[in-house]
Amino acid sequence: MRAETRAAFLLIAPAMVLILFFFFAPVVAGFLLSLTDFDLYTIGDAHNLRVVGLRNYADLLTSGIFWTAIGNTLYFALVGGPLTVITSLAAALLVNAKLTRWKAFFRTVYFVPVVTSLVAVSIVFKYLYHPRFGILNLTLSAIGIEGPDWLGDPRWAMFSIILLAVWRGFGYTMLIFIAGLQQIPEELYEAARIDGAGPLRQFRHVTLPMLGPTFLFVGIVTAIGQLQIFGEPYVMTRGGPLNKTLTAVMLMYEQGFRWWRMGYAASVAFVLFLIIGAATLVQLRLQKGRA
Amino acid sequence: MNRVILHTALAIGAFITIFPLLWMLSASFMTSGEATTYPPHLVPHAATLDQYRQLFVRLNLGRAFLSSAIIASIVTVGSVLFGSMAGYAFAKLRFPGRERMFGLLLIALVIPPQVGMLPLFLFMKQLHLVNTYWGAIIPSLATVFGIFLIRQFMLTVPQDLLEAARLDGASEFRIYWSVVLPLAKPILATLATFMFMSTWNDFMWPLIILSGQEHHTLPVAIANLVGEHVQDVELMMASSVVTVLPVLLLFIVLQRYYIAGIMAGSVKG
Repeated sequence: MRAETRAAFLLIAPAMVLILFFFFAPVVAGFLLSLTDFDLYTIGDAHNLRVVGLRNYADLLTSGIFWTAIGNTLYFALVGGPLTVITSLAAALLVNAKLTRWKAFFRTVYFVPVVTSLVAVSIVFKYLYHPRFGILNLTLSAIGIEGPDWLGDPRWAMFSIILLAVWRGFGYTMLIFIAGLQQIPEELYEAARIDGAGPLRQFRHVTLPMLGPTFLFVGIVTAIGQLQIFGEPYVMTRGGPLNKTLTAVMLMYEQGFRWWRMGYAASVAFVLFLIIGAATLVQLRLQKGRA
Repeated sequence: MNRVILHTALAIGAFITIFPLLWMLSASFMTSGEATTYPPHLVPHAATLDQYRQLFVRLNLGRAFLSSAIIASIVTVGSVLFGSMAGYAFAKLRFPGRERMFGLLLIALVIPPQVGMLPLFLFMKQLHLVNTYWGAIIPSLATVFGIFLIRQFMLTVPQDLLEAARLDGASEFRIYWSVVLPLAKPILATLATFMFMSTWNDFMWPLIILSGQEHHTLPVAIANLVGEHVQDVELMMASSVVTVLPVLLLFIVLQRYYIAGIMAGSVKG
């Protein structure tokens, strides 16, 4: 073997072994697990393990709680995703505007929530959302609006969690939008101005089309992240009220690690994987169709 | 005029963004019950460290702080070391199967980690690593993100530099250690900052693998605490400050590196 090849294999070996054993092998094992009835009795005695084929998946299709969890997860991603994108694009346009001073300061402030612990800020928001003492409702009542019981009302609970997720996440996508905005050549705006285009038309005909690839990246990253939502509802609502904030990953966690129905839980995880894959493919398609 | 509207909008946005964190900090210095008085107190009438004292003396949160620091530090060192080794090899050395292996790694970026968590837990159980620091550390010791980030940087290192070292008779490891690593310092700092923060904030895997209280990290510890102390707003705000503040300070000091990492991750190579 050449010295270069030998050195290369030794250099990649630690990382490759770790990733193979602690990422890829568990993913493959997860699929196999979803084809079994692995449960509490199997943990006691491995002989109780039976291969049941696709029965876990068939059970999911007829399980009300599964559809509730999938519905909640999709609601979270389909409302929270666009809200995050719009908020972060607006923030990026403001921070990046030519007239803006203290750009770095505003960029840092908007980014700060991204580095905070999800659990800690979920606890903070739990109190801000308190129906009687929470600052949110106290502020609303000061202007004559009676705020709802944000986390206790089944109609508002998931939306409240979405607001937290937007608050915590928009700074990250804002940075990516700023990077995208800075790639747009100034000459395009000049040409548009010469053609008599105002700020709005410049935005529609120059900024938006030029941001196409950025939208694709942001859309995919946001969707992948949001479909995995777990920590916020775990800390704030434990999936309630009336299972309105129970998400797919929470269902997997509860079934797998509380009730040890690991075969069933693994099938939930794989359905989520398929949904994430589909969301990624759909966005790639949409982008290609537009280009 | 435009300038005024623009800066007003920016300031309102900044206020909304930062308010929850300011309130958290302020309430953590209040006496028990003060945060839920009416009319509300936005700043403590007589600031006190009582809540922090209770957290560290009676509730032993110092232990969770230590657990978080140990786990995040080891993951940071390991992932920077292994990531830089592999990232360099994938970018600069030729070996059979290189493209195929790298392609395989990229697939990992779209697989949600939860898919492997159930078998990973059973695997850790076989290895007797459940409820140990290593159980929390090992799965993050090498990350695809880290390898990818370092590789993108290494691609920009001129090949001539490496060839010159080779002609001088330096071994491949010597080149990696004495030529490549010093050049890569900024990107190593980026990866280190990124890994430390994400490990410190990580919740789901530590929740699963660290079942006993003696190994709980801060996020797991305070998620448990809020179950018992949900009425103690000021105490919970102090515990949130303890969890948020270290990484927040780290971010403010190292934000140049952290932001560079996000930009590098978003630009296609």
